[in-house]
Amino acid sequence: MAELVQEHGAQHGSTGISNAKLGMWLFLGSECLLFGGLISTYMLYRGRVGDGPTPMQIFDIPFTSVSSFVLLMSSLTMVLAVSAATKADDRSTELWLTVTALLGATFVGGQVYEFTAFYNEGLGFSTSLFASSFYVLTGFHGVHVTVGIIMLFALVAMIKRNRIPGSKSETVEMIGLYWHFVDIVWIVIFTLIYLIPV
Amino acid sequence: MAIIERPSAPATVPAVPSASLGALKRPVSTQHGWRSWLFTVDHKKLGIMYGATALFFFVVGGLEAVLIRLQLALPDGRVLNADLYNQMFTMHATTMVFLFVMPMVSAFANYFVPLQIGARDVAFPRINAFGFWAFLFGGIFLNLAWFLGGAADGGWFMYAPNSGPVFSPSHGVDFWALGLQITGIASLTGAVNLIVTVLNMRAPGMSLMRMPIFTWMTTVVQFLLLFAMPVITVALFLLMFQRNFGATFFDVAAGADPLLWQHLFWIFGHPEVYILILPSFGIISEVLPVFSRKPLFGYPFVVFSGAAIGFVGWGVWAHHMFASGLGPVSVAVFSVATMAIAVPTGVKVVNWTMTLWGGKLQFTVAMKFAIALIVLFTVGGLSGVTHAVAPSDTQQTDTYYIVAHFHYVLFGGAIFGIFSGMYYWWPKTFGKLLSERLGNWNFWLMAIGMNLTFGPMHILGLQGQPRRMYIWTDARAGEGFFNLAFWNLMASIGSIILSVGVLFFFINVLVTARRGTQAPLDPWDARSLEWMTSNPPKEHNFDSIPTVGHLDEFFHRKYAEDHQTGEIRKVKEAEEILAEMERNKDAHIHMPSPSYWPIVLALGLPVIAFGLIYSIPVAVAGGLIVVLGCFGWAIEPSTARDEDVDPPAAASTEVVRHG
Repeated sequence: MAELVQEHGAQHGSTGISNAKLGMWLFLGSECLLFGGLISTYMLYRGRVGDGPTPMQIFDIPFTSVSSFVLLMSSLTMVLAVSAATKADDRSTELWLTVTALLGATFVGGQVYEFTAFYNEGLGFSTSLFASSFYVLTGFHGVHVTVGIIMLFALVAMIKRNRIPGSKSETVEMIGLYWHFVDIVWIVIFTLIYLIPV
Repeated sequence: MAIIERPSAPATVPAVPSASLGALKRPVSTQHGWRSWLFTVDHKKLGIMYGATALFFFVVGGLEAVLIRLQLALPDGRVLNADLYNQMFTMHATTMVFLFVMPMVSAFANYFVPLQIGARDVAFPRINAFGFWAFLFGGIFLNLAWFLGGAADGGWFMYAPNSGPVFSPSHGVDFWALGLQITGIASLTGAVNLIVTVLNMRAPGMSLMRMPIFTWMTTVVQFLLLFAMPVITVALFLLMFQRNFGATFFDVAAGADPLLWQHLFWIFGHPEVYILILPSFGIISEVLPVFSRKPLFGYPFVVFSGAAIGFVGWGVWAHHMFASGLGPVSVAVFSVATMAIAVPTGVKVVNWTMTLWGGKLQFTVAMKFAIALIVLFTVGGLSGVTHAVAPSDTQQTDTYYIVAHFHYVLFGGAIFGIFSGMYYWWPKTFGKLLSERLGNWNFWLMAIGMNLTFGPMHILGLQGQPRRMYIWTDARAGEGFFNLAFWNLMASIGSIILSVGVLFFFINVLVTARRGTQAPLDPWDARSLEWMTSNPPKEHNFDSIPTVGHLDEFFHRKYAEDHQTGEIRKVKEAEEILAEMERNKDAHIHMPSPSYWPIVLALGLPVIAFGLIYSIPVAVAGGLIVVLGCFGWAIEPSTARDEDVDPPAAASTEVVRHG
């Protein structure tokens, strides 16, 4: 009995949250400051367009709205994946994780298309302060989504081959936390960059 | 990754560890040999490695400082030219802050936090190992710039335009930015790890307000790191994009705002100051009560003032920028906030003094360093308050007065605290007492040298000698008491005395390692849990996890009040307590097993950084190493299967390392 208590104590310590999940929460807290710094930089420089195009000249708001919607829907499918994982339903978990990853990939694809279009319209990385800070901010977000997609696919493969060390639903939930965080950050970025006029 | 108790393995376990990955066998649990260090995930070994590496960089940074002082000792110095001088002061500061004090704090935190809270390891042992390797590789990478065209030369806060290609044409700043990025990753992972450890893995009964004060201060520091590191990360990324990819974030000619860097840097940089000093506050708050034979005066006040410093520390960054034209409102606000943060710091000084008051003081070397910290930090704190007053600060900005101030708080504060901790905990870590005789030489030479080096800088600064100037001439040195030549020479002589003092520490270490005798189990009659185990501690720290009923648990187990006379007297020896714990030994202790992946993953980082400076394909190769490392790591079972266990170890010690 004492041993059981010990085991419980080590896995779910004094906070009642497992080590892994608590670690993820702390990491996401740190990430808030990372995006905070990048967003501040963008807000400072968004009006400094130099000789290059202005935000309102190049942004295609309907297009980005659609890709933002796709990304937000991926949060929904992530919730379904977590729910399936808690019910130990491996097949549905794999399905919803895959859908989440594909929706994320659609978003990243849209971002690549958008970057290419902007570049062709004369907004290079070093065209203006607005350009650099725009590419750095959205680029960092894109990298976060991409890392998320890789984790999701890896997770699906590991579930299939039963290679998840530790609790399966816990792992899915942890990656879900990361995924939702990246989505929420996008809501902030989308609002600040695209919806609020300079 | 967590340390768990498991039922005993079946009798039929194979005699060799299985290959948990197909290609690579998991490293077997070993107590000895280089592999036991390279692939270890043991928080104590990692703590020692952090400490050794940090001390090496302390010597490097110290030599840089001595060269600076030699150059300035006499008029028209010829030791260094202007360019080399710039590199020297930049790397001196960078090394001391990022490669000595921070990792030295990690060393203490890694080693003692799990012991102080009654845990067997940290929450994520492999991430802990990764943090150490990332720090080591980042530190080496930073210093490689010396051999590859010159080190960073823009000052440790690297203001634009000094950081730009015009004033820093070598790759030094690139190495600096990317090297700090790598050590930053180490700090961030360390912060997550230690916070989770402290929040989740305390021994039964150890509420937050029963935690030893060093653990408390370390926890506050980890929260500061958690939120400060990403801000410098952003700044360093922007700098990298500017230097290597054509962006113009800090280029005023291209319309950029030069204050952006300053804000980002100091939003990180000011919490960083508390990251450096708070652990030393924690250390002396352990040392003072032990050698005063009294409990810490006002423990809750020390805890909450530490937390208050942690909060207010976020609201004072712009006091580094009073001379940059922020406008009167900002200056007033930050001026007041800066004065306010002196209050919780003052609370601590009062608490320490009251701890000493009426105690049976034992002036060991550890105690001397701790008392010196109170005095020297107070001097530095008072000069700090003089530049909280913005008009006065405008006069002092970029003079030697500032240099005097921050060396009093960082050398007299942080480093004296670290030395106090070394003398206090050396017997715990290595089982031998450092010599008090050599320690006294160490202490007095350092104390005299430190005051002789940095004391005169107050005078130099108020007379207007700017910091970072590489040469001065006798013609303009002034007369009488304020003669700059005299005080510059004094400061340089002081730095030599200081170095000899530090040398005595290393002599002490060598002599102790060779001839030192085994330390008694409880040499200082200490109070907290880390002393409730052998010297050095066993691999699994505690034979049985103690149940904690008090702050200063170990003291309460040794001493009890005599109900008739009201006297406090010793009722149990440390040996008896330990023997008791051994009798109630936990049946099966499974420790995390060593792993290849932390070092592989960390090795990818400097490769990426090299690639970003010299050639992108190399960066891609580094990225592949990182991805490989991540996958190897993720697939490796955190709780090793039975066939992963090394049975001989299991049979001989009943302690098995699991991953």
